[in-house]
Amino acid sequence: MRAAREFAGRPSKDREERLLRRLISKRDFYAGGMLILFGLGAALKGPDYGSGTLMHMGPGFMPTALGVILILLGIAIAGTAIATPAGVDERILPDHPQWFAWGCILAGPLMFIIFGTYFGMFPGTFMCIFVSALGDKTQTYKSAFVLAALVGVVGTGLFAYLLQVPMPILTWPGAS
Amino acid sequence: MISTALIDLWNGFGVALEPHNLMWCFLGVFLGNMVGVLPGMGPLATISILLPLTFGLKPVGAILMLAGVMYGAQYGGAICSVLLNLPCHPPHAVTCLDGFPLTKQGRGGVALSLSVMGSFFGASWGITEMIFLSPVLVRVALQFGAAEICSLMLLGLLAGSTLARGSPVKGVAMTVMGILLGIVGTDINSGTERFTFGMTELDDGIELIALALGLFGIAEFMNSVNQQAAVDTKYSNVKFSDMRPTKADLKRTIFPTLRGTIIGSLCALIPGTGPTIASFVAYATEKKVSKTPEKFGTGMIEGVICPEAATHSSVQGDFIPTMSLGIPGDAVMALLLGALMIQGIAPGPQLIKEHPDIFWGLVASFWIGNILLVLLNVPLIGIWVKLLAIPYRYLYPSALFFVCIGVYAANNDMFQVGETLVIGFFGYLLLRLDFHPAPILLGFVMGPRFEENFRRAMLLSRGDIGVFVERPISAVFIGLCALLIALQVYVRLRPPKRSAEEVAVETAATEPIAQGGLARATARTDAPQH
Repeated sequence: MRAAREFAGRPSKDREERLLRRLISKRDFYAGGMLILFGLGAALKGPDYGSGTLMHMGPGFMPTALGVILILLGIAIAGTAIATPAGVDERILPDHPQWFAWGCILAGPLMFIIFGTYFGMFPGTFMCIFVSALGDKTQTYKSAFVLAALVGVVGTGLFAYLLQVPMPILTWPGAS
Repeated sequence: MISTALIDLWNGFGVALEPHNLMWCFLGVFLGNMVGVLPGMGPLATISILLPLTFGLKPVGAILMLAGVMYGAQYGGAICSVLLNLPCHPPHAVTCLDGFPLTKQGRGGVALSLSVMGSFFGASWGITEMIFLSPVLVRVALQFGAAEICSLMLLGLLAGSTLARGSPVKGVAMTVMGILLGIVGTDINSGTERFTFGMTELDDGIELIALALGLFGIAEFMNSVNQQAAVDTKYSNVKFSDMRPTKADLKRTIFPTLRGTIIGSLCALIPGTGPTIASFVAYATEKKVSKTPEKFGTGMIEGVICPEAATHSSVQGDFIPTMSLGIPGDAVMALLLGALMIQGIAPGPQLIKEHPDIFWGLVASFWIGNILLVLLNVPLIGIWVKLLAIPYRYLYPSALFFVCIGVYAANNDMFQVGETLVIGFFGYLLLRLDFHPAPILLGFVMGPRFEENFRRAMLLSRGDIGVFVERPISAVFIGLCALLIALQVYVRLRPPKRSAEEVAVETAATEPIAQGGLARATARTDAPQH
């Protein structure tokens, strides 16, 4: 509301430009945008499954309806981004982005999948812990190695022997 | 009526005291307590990580163990908040306000032992409520048709998503997102595969465990990594002998415990207002009735006991709609309900009748578990204190491994580890965009049943959408939904005229760490829990 009044007196082109700049600096603008994208996806794909009638609803009815609701909510969230004054914390990234650590954490499960599939539970566990542990700034290669080895042994013992998870402990691609 | 409840409860004790069930309950409480104490592990993360351990158990054992994990984790979180000033679970944010100053004065042990008693009292009250209210609620709910169930679910979903923290619109958006995620997989009515994108692994839908561990595991680790300084354990060296309260302490805590219990149980009755709101209201009330309100924040024992009693009383109360109606009030309850569904048990009003051993066994095990909690925490406090000192750099990689192996062990399927990874990445994105992912779980668990009942209601009413307002009970629920939305809009549009206290409590909620004077672990406060 306040924003609208503030801009009322200015020439329209300038106003549009400022409004736009204001919008793209808002976190909620992206939040709403993401919801709209998801909603569009659901609403456009939904009818393919067959919407049916209101009495005999098809499998596509609910996704379409939810998609439309999501779009509306997205518009509402992005819309309120204009109306509210600039907040304190509008940045999407935190103060100190941890790209490396994030990468390490995401790489951990990936390592588990790759090494677990081809080399077995212990290598999967070891690599998962080792790689993800490197993300911490205070971690050294040595401490990560020790941690990975220790938790790897204990974890493999627990899950393979005690809980009987059917996954080979150590294997080789091709060997069965 | 009362006598049947008591007989059922007696049978429940029979179930819960069976040696193997007792063992699972003990194991749940112990593990939940242990993991919950670890800095940064809230109940949601703890339950999700320990969930795979229960897959091999029978349903009764599994739910007893998970319930044990839940209140164990809850209490472990209290230890973490009081001794380290690190609230891992939002309801504990207010516990820190007076708990940590007490620790600094060397009275942290007393605060903990008294809060264990307060929690026990609150929980006992909540359990008693559950015993007598659930059968009544079930009797009413069994009369419900599809339309009523549908409107009731709508109310539950709306309340759960708008009354949680953060923007209500975003909460609703997350719930809708959750329902959409719940749609993925084969449609039960027609067999159509929806949103599987040709991946046969998705035919059975997204796994609850993958979703929970992605959102509360991986996303949470990404949020917390490198965000905190070494945990300060300078004050947390609490020994067994430090835990004995004086007579004066005991006397001081009687009324706060009672007040907290009542507040908690009232909050549990209003759908959607879970333990977080209960603990805030309890703290504010305690401050109001106190003769020395200015002393709050400097280590008033009342400010610890009352919110703790309220939290536990309200958590137990939350089980009432979850177990008797199949409608969870928050993400923790949704997770427990989801675990029951994994065991092949359909939630809803018929649960108590069809599986009395589960319901009454659970009720009885609450008491047993809460006693175990008291027994465990007093002697083991020294060990818990040592656990507090585990640095995050060792914690999260190990936890990540538990996430991976847990998801794999659920179905022996690597695909689901990948699923968890993708969900985790997506969950972190949501966190950065200021969404709270907890309602996703709520929508995900309730979504499929909502759709089913909606379809059935439409079929029965011959496609007349008006059925929801024509049937009186359903109309009441819809009316409550409208009221809820109207209230939210009113609160938003009203000029911000709040008392200083409300602001203080609110800042305590969003920035508990700063309140304690320690600028660290700010990321923790956006923890996606409840």
